Amino acid sequence: MTQYEAVIGVECHVELKTQTKMFCGCLNEFGGEPNTKTCPVCLGMPGALPVPNEQALTHIVRTGLAFGAEIPVFSKFDRKNYFYPDMPKDYQISQYDMPLTVGGEVMYWLDDGSLKSCRLTRIHLEEDTGKSTHAGSGDGRIAGSSYSLLDFNRAGVPLMECVSEPELHSARDAVAYLESLRRTLLALGVSDVKMEEGSLRCDANVSVRPAGSDRLGTKTEIKNMNSFRSVERAIESEIARQIALLAGGGRIVQETRGWDELKGVTHSMRSKEEAHDYRYFPDPDLVPLEIPRELVDRLQAALPAMPWRRFERYTKEYGLAVNAATQLIDNLSLAQYFDDVVARSRNPQQSSNFVLGELSRLANETGVAVADSKVDVGHLAELIELVEGKKINSKIAKDLLVRMWDGAGSPTALVEREGLAQTSDPAAIERFVDEVLAANEKVVADYKAGKTNVLGFLVGQVMKASRGKADPALANELVKTKLA
Amino acid sequence: MTMEATIARSAAEIARDVNARTTSAAEVTAATLAHAEAVEGEVGSYLTLLRDVAESHARHVDERVRNGAHLPLAGVPIAVKDNMCLENTRTTCGSKILEHWIAPYTATAVARMLEAGAVPIGKANCDEFAMGSSCENSALGVTRNPYDLTCVPGGSSGGSAAAVAAYEAAIGLGSDTGGSIREPGAFCNLIGFKPTYGRISRYGLIAFASSLDQIGPLTRTVEDAAFAYDAMAGYDVMDATSIDRPVEPAASGLREDLSGLRIGLVREFDTKVLGEESDALYRNAYRDLERLGAELVEVSLPTADYGLATYYLIAPAECSSNLARFDGVRYGLRVEGEDVRSMYDKTRAAGFGPEVKRRILIGTHALSSGYYDAYYVRAQKARTLIARDFAAAFAGCDLIACPAASCPAFEFNAKSDPYSMYLMDYYTIPMSLAGLPALSVPCGWVMPEGASRPMPIGLQLAAPLFAERLLLGAAHAYERATNHALAHKPELAGVRA
Repeated sequence: MTQYEAVIGVECHVELKTQTKMFCGCLNEFGGEPNTKTCPVCLGMPGALPVPNEQALTHIVRTGLAFGAEIPVFSKFDRKNYFYPDMPKDYQISQYDMPLTVGGEVMYWLDDGSLKSCRLTRIHLEEDTGKSTHAGSGDGRIAGSSYSLLDFNRAGVPLMECVSEPELHSARDAVAYLESLRRTLLALGVSDVKMEEGSLRCDANVSVRPAGSDRLGTKTEIKNMNSFRSVERAIESEIARQIALLAGGGRIVQETRGWDELKGVTHSMRSKEEAHDYRYFPDPDLVPLEIPRELVDRLQAALPAMPWRRFERYTKEYGLAVNAATQLIDNLSLAQYFDDVVARSRNPQQSSNFVLGELSRLANETGVAVADSKVDVGHLAELIELVEGKKINSKIAKDLLVRMWDGAGSPTALVEREGLAQTSDPAAIERFVDEVLAANEKVVADYKAGKTNVLGFLVGQVMKASRGKADPALANELVKTKLA
Repeated sequence: MTMEATIARSAAEIARDVNARTTSAAEVTAATLAHAEAVEGEVGSYLTLLRDVAESHARHVDERVRNGAHLPLAGVPIAVKDNMCLENTRTTCGSKILEHWIAPYTATAVARMLEAGAVPIGKANCDEFAMGSSCENSALGVTRNPYDLTCVPGGSSGGSAAAVAAYEAAIGLGSDTGGSIREPGAFCNLIGFKPTYGRISRYGLIAFASSLDQIGPLTRTVEDAAFAYDAMAGYDVMDATSIDRPVEPAASGLREDLSGLRIGLVREFDTKVLGEESDALYRNAYRDLERLGAELVEVSLPTADYGLATYYLIAPAECSSNLARFDGVRYGLRVEGEDVRSMYDKTRAAGFGPEVKRRILIGTHALSSGYYDAYYVRAQKARTLIARDFAAAFAGCDLIACPAASCPAFEFNAKSDPYSMYLMDYYTIPMSLAGLPALSVPCGWVMPEGASRPMPIGLQLAAPLFAERLLLGAAHAYERATNHALAHKPELAGVRA
């Protein structure tokens, strides 16, 4: 039986986070009453002209640089001509043969911690269209609807189109690629990348071929996927469909397929024979773009640490688990806090334990982000030092952390003021042990009769008697010795 | 002051008098409106007369002057070509598809004219979407040449030209894509001035061909053209193709002679083909330039002959895209259909006239895959060659002189074949492709065959990029020395009185 290999390429549309829209002064914000964030320019009114948004250009160049792309000196805007009711000018300002960035690669990692990469073809800039709501048909589709409502608030929002090479080979790879892309865009601050708000939309080009072949099979393009989970399911389902079709002697038709979330299958939307002739040509309302080298150098120098670099640092240098590293990378403010704590404590493992454990738990309970909490990074580093130096035990540390969350300040000061330092003096602990054994004759008898599981209870009583300060290991040892 | 004396003054004179408060903007406006209403039945310059708007602007101007403002165009009545937006007024482009469209904002060039004190009298007729050379392509009205009502006023800014020639405005705002200011200027005995591409903002000018369109004035004197240019020129943040570079004021650069200037005559532009009478007038005009102190030199524009073919690929290509937005979805005419696609088809079939459809078809074809390289890309290369020819020519001269149009104003329906109409712009298109400033200035009167009255013809002067000050300065010297414009008056009831 033939073994098949999937070949996947992903196209992502990402709405950029900018003050204003791509070609006009309207605010770029999600939502709002329909058609309230519009002006003659983004409505394509007769006579209105586009003026490019420099912030959006900068965002694309930074994104390209983050992925190691080439930034050509010259770029330009082209018009993509086609008629669609939610497109104000009936052409979209986009980029055809001279995109802002060329090449580059996205590094991503899988659950086993392995780092992989997928090359990029290009990243270009275009304007978003408006949004149609088809009414009267029940299912929101245009067929059978009696009228459509148009909202142009989104029209003219800057849109980054990020096109990958067909180098991904499984649905899992595709999702890991998307997650890494998403993390990078967040780190760069260029987009909110919220799939549920439509600020991240992606299409997948899927084909299969006999394993080992170097020729590409006929591809289909899947649309309408609205979460990473549905991207994964859609690609898996499409790969299975294509393999089944080929194995059965069938032929793949090049077409656009929609993803049906409920049924869990893709279905044909339109075939390539109906494909548009977009009649691209340079937009005569916009002069060619020249990206100065100095600007590129300046943006390059100011790039933040990339997620995959941080992943390597967390897992390889700090020895954190894949899960912990990923959690930190996905929460920028938490990671910043963590990095600050490590910088002081020089103890990544303990820092990660506290930040991802007790502090994150408190953050969830109170709804206050760790970075915004009253727990100063210096104080947390002190706490870690107290634990590591066996000045306090972990139980006391947890109690202290709760009090620090409420604003108790320096743990060292608390320990001193309240005499919470761990007692490691065998003589002192021995006194507590003697007290406890004397007060629990029956338990002692049980132990001697072979019920060794009561040891924990007795040690607990010793800890309690010492108000938690006794060195637990020492207490354990002394109890055992006395009972022997 | 008689009505004629009030309205026949130049813009410069009106502004001077209003600023000196020897007359008021309200008075000039009232006289102009009354006169316009009297002659509109004959001429038909305007698609919309803006009586209330004009009166309210005039009051505002008078108030500003009373408060001590000196406005360079105080009280000057202007005609605004109906492809430029003026907030809350009908802006039609001479098309059924926009027949009832009310512009929600004002074009930058118009706003700057108003800021300088001008008073908008009306929205002037034009060829539909500025496509045409006679004004016969307007779907909404007929405009006649004030010098002979059986003749066209020229196009596409024919309404603006006729309004100024008939004293219905002192300045007409036109737009020139391939000659649409210079040609009606020549037909109506006016100065028709197209500045350097990008010098005047296109924001609010409803696009025909974005890379060629340029707003400019039609006036009775060169000085007025300079005033209008000074008011409108300059960078606009709303237009990415507008040029961010200081403007040399033109009104202060008007000259009385041409000494020290070398004026190029284009070897390839043989005026003999224009007929004996016109040929003689142009030769005379060149001699006048020499008499005024210019040195005449021969220059060559070997690729100018490709101008027409180049233009009729680039302009339709851009128009096919620019006019896509007129689809019935958001504004303007809508003809209902069974679905969106048929609504588009029916709306555009009913809304656009034949010339617009012809150019959309040519442009769509020229941009379509498989033909793009053969047509559009080659046309862009030819455009570059034409611009280089001009640059080489201007290495040897300061200005170029040549005819403004291929013939004087002709009778309605005389050029029913589109190609013969396209040929009208043979002398103006090359400058448009190169983005150069150019103007037409009256240079004599001819008696067209079968005509009952003499008709004006225009001399075209073209300058290097940004040399508007030199261009207008030289045209002023020529105008003052020759005074061709004053030889005849329009044959109108209101003006004869």
